[in-house]
Amino acid sequence: MAALLQHPCYEEERLRRVADKLPCREVQAGTLLSVMGGPEQHSFPSIFIYGHRASGKSHVIHMLLRELELPHATVSCVECVSVALLFEQVLLSLFGCDAASLLPRSPSLSDFVRIYRQQCSHSPAVQTRYIVMEKAELLRDMDANLLPALLRLQELVQDNVTVILLSEIVWDKFRPNTGCFEPLQLHFPDYSKGELQQILAQDSHPSYSAELYSSYINILLGVFYSVCRDLRELRHLAALNFSKFCEPLEEGKVKESDTHKLWRNIEPHLKKAMQTVYLREVSSVQWEQLQQMEEKDTGAVRGLSAHAHVELPYYSKFLLIAAYLASYNPARTDKRFFVKHHGKVRKTNFLKKHEKTSNHLLGPKPFPLDRLLAIFYSVVDSRVAPTASIFSQISSLVTLQLLAQVGHDDQIDAPKYKCAVSLDFIRAISRTVNFDIVKYLYDFL
Amino acid sequence: MSTSSVSKGCFVFKPSAKKKKRTLDVGDYFIDGCEGSGNSELRFKLCQSLWDKMKTETEVLQDELNRKILDRLLEFAGRPSSTFQHGADDWAARMRASEIPTAALVLGVNVPDHDMTFQSLSDLLRQSVTPHVASVQAKECGALKHLMQRVLERLMGTVVSVDEEEEGDEEAEHASTQLHNKRVHCSLGTLCDWYKSKTKRSNNGTPNKKRSSHVRDEQPQPPVVIIFKDLEAFNPRVLQDFILICSRYVEHLPLMFIFGIATSPSTIQHILPHSVSSLLCIELFQSLSCTQHLSTVIDKLILTPQFPFKLSGKVLQVLVGIFLYHDFSVRNFIKGLQLSLLEHFHSQPLSVLCCRKKEALANVLQLSHQDLESVRQLPSFRRYVERQEPQEQVNLLTDDTHIKGVCQKLIKGLRKYHKNFYPILRCLHTLTSSLPKYPLGKQIRELYILCLEKNVWENEEYQSAMQLLRMLARDELVASLQTCAEILKPVKAKKMRNVLDQLEDLLAKFKQLDKVSGETAANGEEITSPEKGLQKKTDLFQLQKTLLEMKESRRSKKMSPFEILRNEAVDFIDSLVRCYLAPPESQPLNEVCYYSSSAVVRRHLNATPRTSIQTALSNPYHYLQNDTLRSEDGTVSNAAPDICIVHKLHLECGRLINLYDWLEAYATVVSAAEGTHPDSDEFGKVDELKHARFIQAVSELEFLGFIKSTKQKTDHVARLTWGGC
Ligand SMILES: Nc1ncnc2c1ncn2[C@@H]1O[C@H](COP(=O)(O)OP(=O)(O)OP(=O)(O)O)[C@@H](O)[C@H]1O
Ligand SMILES: [Mg+2]
Repeated sequence: MAALLQHPCYEEERLRRVADKLPCREVQAGTLLSVMGGPEQHSFPSIFIYGHRASGKSHVIHMLLRELELPHATVSCVECVSVALLFEQVLLSLFGCDAASLLPRSPSLSDFVRIYRQQCSHSPAVQTRYIVMEKAELLRDMDANLLPALLRLQELVQDNVTVILLSEIVWDKFRPNTGCFEPLQLHFPDYSKGELQQILAQDSHPSYSAELYSSYINILLGVFYSVCRDLRELRHLAALNFSKFCEPLEEGKVKESDTHKLWRNIEPHLKKAMQTVYLREVSSVQWEQLQQMEEKDTGAVRGLSAHAHVELPYYSKFLLIAAYLASYNPARTDKRFFVKHHGKVRKTNFLKKHEKTSNHLLGPKPFPLDRLLAIFYSVVDSRVAPTASIFSQISSLVTLQLLAQVGHDDQIDAPKYKCAVSLDFIRAISRTVNFDIVKYLYDFL
Repeated sequence: MSTSSVSKGCFVFKPSAKKKKRTLDVGDYFIDGCEGSGNSELRFKLCQSLWDKMKTETEVLQDELNRKILDRLLEFAGRPSSTFQHGADDWAARMRASEIPTAALVLGVNVPDHDMTFQSLSDLLRQSVTPHVASVQAKECGALKHLMQRVLERLMGTVVSVDEEEEGDEEAEHASTQLHNKRVHCSLGTLCDWYKSKTKRSNNGTPNKKRSSHVRDEQPQPPVVIIFKDLEAFNPRVLQDFILICSRYVEHLPLMFIFGIATSPSTIQHILPHSVSSLLCIELFQSLSCTQHLSTVIDKLILTPQFPFKLSGKVLQVLVGIFLYHDFSVRNFIKGLQLSLLEHFHSQPLSVLCCRKKEALANVLQLSHQDLESVRQLPSFRRYVERQEPQEQVNLLTDDTHIKGVCQKLIKGLRKYHKNFYPILRCLHTLTSSLPKYPLGKQIRELYILCLEKNVWENEEYQSAMQLLRMLARDELVASLQTCAEILKPVKAKKMRNVLDQLEDLLAKFKQLDKVSGETAANGEEITSPEKGLQKKTDLFQLQKTLLEMKESRRSKKMSPFEILRNEAVDFIDSLVRCYLAPPESQPLNEVCYYSSSAVVRRHLNATPRTSIQTALSNPYHYLQNDTLRSEDGTVSNAAPDICIVHKLHLECGRLINLYDWLEAYATVVSAAEGTHPDSDEFGKVDELKHARFIQAVSELEFLGFIKSTKQKTDHVARLTWGGC
């Protein structure tokens, strides 16, 4: 396999060392290496690498750049709240902090290019310089000229520099409609189950045999592969549960060779992990504490979503109920539900064809404030003065994200809202105030 | 100093030399417009000292309530962060993802109360765990860079530039500090460097070997705590990005988050996608519910003879109502209490007597003739007088020294009344709060309000509660009585000592019953068995039926010794209630302590801006108090301010209002007000002045939200309210 990673400019020994650290990515590493060429050779101006999370993009690039000791700068685009930071980090890593301090306040792209050129005239590139941009999809939200410029930076600064973009998104979603230089694209496919097994099995625990660990990984993947292929996550889960796996061995109850017994011991445990730690319902620290506890106490720990109950002031509850009704009932039907003597309005009379589909499937619809208040006053059981605190409760509900404000233009005149809570939630709320909400919902008529 | 002008305009007065120094302080505002100003300064002093005491009490209370959760949080923050935690078990530490420890602190929807909790939390953290604490609020962090900036500023205590916009106003100072300032970039890298230099400095330059576990154990690195006060209000994108960035630095920076959550912890999962929440190690902290919090506050501030100031049932109901119906905010409840206190001392001249016993007795002697006259006017005092002998009545009404003596006596009586009232109230609550369906309320405050309003024992619910008590199983009854004894033990009042003795006698009898019950055990069992059924949840109808049946069966059967004793106990309780839980109305001079203007409190705390505007527009006299505006039949006089006239006219229109018609109508009304003769040419004519006044009034109406311009017809405006004259 190491044959794939070959280049006349590097010693074979060194390349083998790199290849050893990149199991299952030899092909991609090989391609990269051939594009990059020798350290002194000019390389392609920009390379675009894409693949799902934890598919080894950063890992491969950094292994290559570090092990082959190539000059490089790595920037994570999330971190660059302003382009200034991006420029600064690049200059800092390539030329040292003196160069970075030359940047003026709020530098423009041309400032960056100017300083870059000035610097590289002092210290022209002996080896290709690499600029790695992680989470490159965020570049699209920055200045419009930034991405095209980075793609042909080599040309702009007239230096032997290559920009490598890493992203989870395909290039098609990047291409500006004004057109730009096309980078070289390289795809990192997802790891297969076998590959995951191979990679994960490498981190075997020092005090246990590699075979044991490998069989552990095998069991782990058997449980988790259907829901999670994220290498990082799997590694995390493997670490969290390994001590439990080894418990019978430690206690001397089971021999290492008795894989079936080990499986019987760990499998239910992993299943439980899938519903808890994996979903971050309980944290990893809590999970470890749970493992130390006796079986019987473990029922006591409830996940995050078990605490869905929200206590609200009385009128807030009714406002929320009114909002829910306004969001899920067609406005035409309000008369039917809320006017005492509404005459003969049967469901069939106002049932329109397209409304046969459940409003609950379509999601909440926006409604104006007036309608909310009108419904509120008719569902709440006592007379309520239109006090300032009723109105401020509406905005509190918005900040609590139980209501959502729609549109921003006409806030003084006619604000519109949507109800952002689930049916279960609103039913729980209605129950506490003895309000039978289902009776008022058009969908359940 | 005055002018001849009648309007309240703006006039320039050169301050005279003497007056110049004095600025108004709180006391002056209090005294200004005070009812019965003779003793207003004294009242202000009393009011302040009383409030200070109550405030300290609430602060102590707050601390105690939060102690448990804060202690847990401190312990959490003090733990070495999980990435460094597993020093010994190196393999696991290397393999597992490095998560940021995060406390999800669920505080409830009473957002105004949270500030105090966060304040004490960050104080405590600074004291005992780490100097590096920053709290941020959603409203200051609209974008990621602002969040970064706030966090960095608060941690490092310096100004951090975000480079863009703020350019302009900083330019000047910027010039001088440029070199210094420039390197402070708004990134976590900066923070990392800063943190490293900080910890190195505090380590006295010991070569800080990178995470070799021994060195670290000796010098734990203080965590960097970032508190997000209102998680729900944060822009999810900003938060996600921030967490992503932070997770890149966990190896170098022991970060820790505290999320303040108002609703439920599952909002974390709504706000953060799995890819982000998997970077956090979230632990849940649930604080006391605000209703419990309120109960404690009421318990410590209101249900105690410690503070002489009292709320009437109505006022208490308003305050509790605002809490339960509107905001769940304990802070606002306490504010309401403060308002009532202030209003009481402000409006009640006799509130000089609302203070500690010694002071009150002394103050009685200082009462002026006028004050004594108002004592004589007090309804409770009048009732008292009516009960006296004729000669005494005359004395009370004419002899000022005599009435002072009586007042002292009555004040003492009132104090005794309170000393006995609250323990007995608690006892009654202990007994009744375990009854099915809570006939007298689940919370003690409900029972209290009942007692404030009229004689409790006349309530139907009270009767049924007593009946239920007469059927309580032995162990329950004994346990409740035991609790009552506990309640009474610390009370020093003489009468309560007596009550306690009697109660203990009763308990002793119950115990004796146990001893002799050896032979009658079988009997007792039989009798109590139907009562056991009561404990199960039955509906009211069922309950009454069983009650009746039991009554029947009791009549037919001979009572067991236990039953006799039980009746004795309940009768005793009943007698206590009748003796000590009379409503304050019945106590002479209660007006001195009880504040009862619930309407004022409601008006201040639960404002109705809409109604006020409506009143101002349709009845300007209400606010302006100008006699020419007075009108009996509810019409608006011609002389009313322009906006009132315009408003009145617009009520007569439909949804769309023609501006020109409106103007003409206005001109007519105003002409009439000016006294122009209806037949003259001038009448109803629109001149420039009228035109301008009209336009101004219309735009005021638009500002208030009654009308808005419409695109349907250019010379029309649309009405935004409905209903007409
Ligand atoms: N082929 C591999 N061999 C060993 N470890 C690997 C391999 N691929 C990935 N990893 C490990 O998996 C983790 C995630 O990989 P990496 O950070 O490269 O993913 P990524 O593709 O950059 O993901 P993201 O899009 O989230 O940045 C790293 O800790 C890395 O060490
Ligand atoms: Mg990456």
